[in-house]
Amino acid sequence: METTISVNLKIWRQRGPKEKGSFANYTVKNVSTGSSFLEMLDMLNQQLVEKGEEPVVFDSDCREGICGMCSLYINGHPHGPVQGITTCQLHMRKFHDGDTITIEPWRSAAFPVVRDLMVDRNAFDKIQQAGGYVSFNCGGAPDANATPISKEVADVAMDSATCIGCGACVAACKNGSAMLFVSAKVSQFALLPQGQVERARRAKAMVKKMDELGFGNCTNTGACAAECPKSIPLSNIARLNREYLKAKIKD
Amino acid sequence: MADIKNLEGMIDSTPIMKDFADIESSKLPEYQIDSKIPEGPIAEKWTNYKAHQKLVNPANKRNLDIIVVGTGLAGASAASTLGELGFNVLNFCIQDSPRRAHSIAAQGGINAAKDYQNDGDSVYRLFYDTVKGGDFRSREANVYRLAEVSNNIIDQCVQQGVPFAREYGGLLANRSFGGAQVSRTFYAKGQTGQQLLLGAYASLNRQIQKGTVKSFNRREMMDIVMIDGRARGIIVRNLITGELERYAAHAVVLATGGYGRTFFLSTNAMGCNGSAAVQAFKKGAYLANLAFTQIHPTCIPVHGEDQSKLTLMSESLRNDGRIWVPKKKEDAEAIRAGKKKPTDIPDEDRDFYLERRYPAFGNLCPRDIASRAAKERCDAGFGVGTGNAVYLDFKYAIERLGKDAVRDRYGNLFDMYQMISDDDPYETPMMIFPASHYTMGGIWVDYELQTSLKGLFAIGECNFSDHGANRLGASALMQGLADGYFVLPYTMQNYLSDQIKVPHFKTDTKEFDEAEKAVKERIQKLMNIKGTKSPDEIHKRLGHVMWNLVGMGRTLQSLVKATEEIEEVRKEFYSDLRIVGKADDLNTELEKALRLEDFLVIAKMMAIDALNRNESCGAHFREEYQTADGEAARNDKDYMYVSCWKYTGDNEKPILLKEPLKYEAIHVQTRNYKS
Repeated sequence: METTISVNLKIWRQRGPKEKGSFANYTVKNVSTGSSFLEMLDMLNQQLVEKGEEPVVFDSDCREGICGMCSLYINGHPHGPVQGITTCQLHMRKFHDGDTITIEPWRSAAFPVVRDLMVDRNAFDKIQQAGGYVSFNCGGAPDANATPISKEVADVAMDSATCIGCGACVAACKNGSAMLFVSAKVSQFALLPQGQVERARRAKAMVKKMDELGFGNCTNTGACAAECPKSIPLSNIARLNREYLKAKIKD
Repeated sequence: MADIKNLEGMIDSTPIMKDFADIESSKLPEYQIDSKIPEGPIAEKWTNYKAHQKLVNPANKRNLDIIVVGTGLAGASAASTLGELGFNVLNFCIQDSPRRAHSIAAQGGINAAKDYQNDGDSVYRLFYDTVKGGDFRSREANVYRLAEVSNNIIDQCVQQGVPFAREYGGLLANRSFGGAQVSRTFYAKGQTGQQLLLGAYASLNRQIQKGTVKSFNRREMMDIVMIDGRARGIIVRNLITGELERYAAHAVVLATGGYGRTFFLSTNAMGCNGSAAVQAFKKGAYLANLAFTQIHPTCIPVHGEDQSKLTLMSESLRNDGRIWVPKKKEDAEAIRAGKKKPTDIPDEDRDFYLERRYPAFGNLCPRDIASRAAKERCDAGFGVGTGNAVYLDFKYAIERLGKDAVRDRYGNLFDMYQMISDDDPYETPMMIFPASHYTMGGIWVDYELQTSLKGLFAIGECNFSDHGANRLGASALMQGLADGYFVLPYTMQNYLSDQIKVPHFKTDTKEFDEAEKAVKERIQKLMNIKGTKSPDEIHKRLGHVMWNLVGMGRTLQSLVKATEEIEEVRKEFYSDLRIVGKADDLNTELEKALRLEDFLVIAKMMAIDALNRNESCGAHFREEYQTADGEAARNDKDYMYVSCWKYTGDNEKPILLKEPLKYEAIHVQTRNYKS
């Protein structure tokens, strides 16, 4: 049965990328435990607006765990303490009456803070633009069943393709590495027959762009996969390393 | 609004419509609609069109600029394909990345007439099912074209590396969706929209890398700039800086999605809005069939007043889940009081009402029918949970297939359900209830997807054309990608072919000055209200009005009342709105207020459109017009037309224009999902 709780919030507030930020404390009362975490923040913002204060800025859109827009570092974990979900899927029944919850933005050199809890993840788009596609023009595709793909391969490719591009992997990594994100896309195409022609070029181009954009190196600590809301497996990184090495050896 | 008295017993709105709209002018010659449907038999129209349309040669394409607003399935596929063809494309989205458009949340699948299952499917059957599912209120020629290109979409997406579900032999798998007796739905787990959008996003990225597409994120369109009667640019608000920016082009494409959030609570994303449609409307484009809004039957029920959105449970669940409520009222009451659990109710005391009422289609009847049937049971006192919920039960599927097979098919949906409701659907049935999901109505477009404004095109959910009064499951993805990959890139050239000598437009002209000034004034006006209510508070109030009075069941009285209450909300908006923060800064409250102002326009037009349509068809159910067994009673004699509305001023009555619908390739009949 749903009840209501009261929570204390310690939220990072920062006007802009160049400005200094600090924590601000708030209390939200009468939060239904059936509410989502972001609905609780909506309540806080309504409270702030009623007092004439500016609401806490945070990103969210689909609120069903698929668009990758929401972020938030909650009590030291990207997307909060529950594994395998995004912040928008986190519900208040996971918290207790009187809890203090610390909420911060993604912290990474490659994701500058825009305002409060909102960050700029444009670097992810740039990595995809560097090679995260199969090069062909609309209209030229053969019949969809012309090339059989084994169910096992299709399923593993699908698991990699499930990445929502939220950036939790980067936020979780002590080095701020984007390897899990890059490896998920490289893996999807490395597994599928459609991705073979550009396989080597893609791996090199995406890694090069990742390095350019200020992401850190991977030291195989595995925090990214542990905190990934879509449980993208670490084996993708191993595959990316193989793909990259093979491509480089060929050069 | 007009003084409406003595509505008692009245069911036909015709005598009072003049109080709401100009319905007489539809006969005038200047208000006749040309939908530009090509000549010839239906199966040859698109082929003929393509054979004879004008094209733009490659050297000239690079001299032409096209603005595409939106990066969902329609927007991203159009922008990338136009870029591949060689046009200069400017592509805008309100999110921080094109990959986040709300198409990403579509779960179940995409239809195509491949007939890979050898179960009797064909282009004609997909066309037939779609027209019938839309209750004979869609444009026949558009739907046939949609069915024709559906197969190309699957080929395109597989080549992009979309990891569709496959059989052990390596070929593509299919499942069934509502309103069809064949298995023609392709899917990627319960994340088909995500995979298709990421495919389109990948193609878009390739063009961005090549420089044919320029991508502008976190920008919201505020107005369309018209020069000499043609759409030539847009004013956008930079959502990070709050600055207004100007962009010019030879043509403008809107791919901005539906207006489902008029109801406040819906399955749409928080940022989904109908503002681009309203800007187009105010510039003279017609809005069509706005009463046709889809209420999806399988959503997680509302839990409380602080709720921000509703979550859809994919229609694909109806392949294996059985929908029921208790047969006995006392059981329903005991469940609502927490004294009984659904698992306590034996099979013989369960009312599988869809299987009972619609034996031929059972749990897979179309969405409008399934939603109304749920409402009917709940209104009659058989609802569970809060009283506004029914069960979707997988017990039978688990008995038949085993838990693992069910997990393989629906695992992620079950997890999502458990996250939100805290119930385990493997052990106890899901609770579901209908919610606003999709809008069939939208910006009127002709066969070429051009609006009634020259040079302004509308694709995907934001146009009205293909789904009639009700959309079938897995057809939204099909339409978005059909428009973007395979229709617009051809039809647009017919418009652009005589524009090749027109030089690139500059944005320092008086037309841009005036448009930007008007936007600035509009923003200032809202900032200056300085009232006490946040945009969300007012939006919630509007949502209640719309859900209660313009929702699943409508009456003449409820609709008249809706127009009055919408007017009340509008007054509150303009007198008591409070926007904290500044206009020339990142301001999420201002964003919400601007969208809400436009939802108020749409809300009123939805009510007027529903009032005008004295019939029940598809998702538009006027309670006065039903058969003895509670089915929609259509009136083809008087309402077999697209109702198009022309704006005449904020406080003026809109003009009704009618596009008659003619069915040549299909026999018009009463929809029947019973036998």
